[in-house]
Amino acid sequence: MAQMSRRLVAAVSVVGLYILLELLRRTGVIGAYWAQVMDLSLIITISAVGLSLIYGFAGQFSLGHAAFYGIGAYTAGLITKTLGGEIHWYVVALAAGAGAASLVAFLIGLPILRLRSDYLGIATLGFGFIVKVLLDNSDKISPTLGGARGMLGIPQMTTFPWVFWGAVLAVLLVRNLVHSSYGRACLSVREDEIAADIMGIHTTRFKTLAFVLGCGLAGLAGGLYAHLYSYLHPQSFDFLRSLDVLLIVVLGGLGSLTGTVVTAIGLVFLQEWLRGILPRDYLDWRIVIYAIILIVLMIRRPQGLMGGREWSLRILVGGDPAQIVTGKGEKGRASA
Amino acid sequence: MLQVRDLQVRYGAIEALHRVSFDVQPGEIVTLIGANGAGKSTTLRAISGLVRIAGGQVIFEGRDITREKAHRIVALGIGHVPEGRRVFADMTVRENLELGAFLTPPEKVRENMERVFERFPRLRERQNQLAGTLSGGEQQMLAIGRALMNRPRLLLLDEPSMGLSPLLVQEIFEIIQEINAQGTTVLLVEQNANMALSIAHRAYVLEAGRIVLSGPARELRDHPAVRSAYLGEAARAG
Repeated sequence: MAQMSRRLVAAVSVVGLYILLELLRRTGVIGAYWAQVMDLSLIITISAVGLSLIYGFAGQFSLGHAAFYGIGAYTAGLITKTLGGEIHWYVVALAAGAGAASLVAFLIGLPILRLRSDYLGIATLGFGFIVKVLLDNSDKISPTLGGARGMLGIPQMTTFPWVFWGAVLAVLLVRNLVHSSYGRACLSVREDEIAADIMGIHTTRFKTLAFVLGCGLAGLAGGLYAHLYSYLHPQSFDFLRSLDVLLIVVLGGLGSLTGTVVTAIGLVFLQEWLRGILPRDYLDWRIVIYAIILIVLMIRRPQGLMGGREWSLRILVGGDPAQIVTGKGEKGRASA
Repeated sequence: MLQVRDLQVRYGAIEALHRVSFDVQPGEIVTLIGANGAGKSTTLRAISGLVRIAGGQVIFEGRDITREKAHRIVALGIGHVPEGRRVFADMTVRENLELGAFLTPPEKVRENMERVFERFPRLRERQNQLAGTLSGGEQQMLAIGRALMNRPRLLLLDEPSMGLSPLLVQEIFEIIQEINAQGTTVLLVEQNANMALSIAHRAYVLEAGRIVLSGPARELRDHPAVRSAYLGEAARAG
């Protein structure tokens, strides 16, 4: 009963937020520029939620997230550019972008997910470079992809409802997974892989599951991104972009979904705000600012902003605050 | 119940186990004793599929499990309480137990947890506490309780006495005996040879990856070589 009403409150709040934002955009309170920043922040959120699942929950250190984002973007862009900008091709393109990223994640995951943390980081880093080089030379495969000059002429189809509901879907998907027995298994792999093994948990399978799903979300985000700006460049998918997403997940707190969402949105807005106040030649200084934020936060709050906890609507509904931490186990059991 | 034949394990160029053979009969407590680095833990890890077996055979209830993966071996009925306990420190006691029942059908979980709580009342009291905040003895109980959640027929115990006070060691070993009395076969690895031999039916002595002695636990206790090599230390420490 209490859970029902909580869900209802959550659903009503999300719809309410959507209507509010849509109204603010339509009435021009949020201008075109900031509206686009908002769209981008939600796209980054989808990608970051994917990495949150991979690294924050399943503990698999990936430095190549932007590569999967790029695979999704180029796959989706190629489809609508060649087949046309109708809505059904757009949907196909988004699905194909997510699917392609998942498929590649599955194929490279098979060998590399056997590696442990630092080695996995190096392997995914290498993979990211390979994808970047491939994208730089993609015009050799097909002139449509544009190579190092970038890919132009992708129909502009991504609108606010798509990114907003895409982000809601991504969060719901990961949240439900984390609270299921599958999520429990992923968490145990993160905590102690050997202990997970002797619980009878097929560790390779759960690592692969988290990796494939998380990269699929990056691919979906890439597809949305391609149709937001209608222009893709390999530079947008290099190592630094992987680092941005990693930064979001770590800053937000490993194992905190709300932390990831808040940090993703916050960081994109921070970046745009810095673009406004920093002189043009000093724009690259934002990376230094990120680094300083990261260092200060790691000294002050090594567990991240949220430190594995979640903000929950239960606080609004008046649930017992203590239950927010321990209640997780009860629910995990129910679906186990 | 368990037959280990000519078991060989290598870590790189180093051979950790040289053709180790032993067996465990249903209902027994069998112990492997030996010094640090003799290969006791490696033997357990090989049985439960955590390290690759280079040669030989492991047969459980008539079935060859030499090449089985760790998670399959758990499903077949072998529970492993690892060295150093390895409880999930950031999860609650209850969540740890639930993970122990990962392969158990949902309708059995409540019943199994009740049994574990009856055996370890302290775990019931602390079920909502994070496992990392438990004392060493409680963590050991949790590690054993977690392995029991899946109702294994064979329980592998790796150094359950490690880092515990003599009084707690006594308590843990009594619990192991009770678990065994209720029908679970136990393969126990211990450095505390004195305690291990006092509850085991049979024992094997491992030295540098080889079995050098074996026999009924009572006889090994009186064996001059065992007394001087292992019990001298243990008697003084205990």
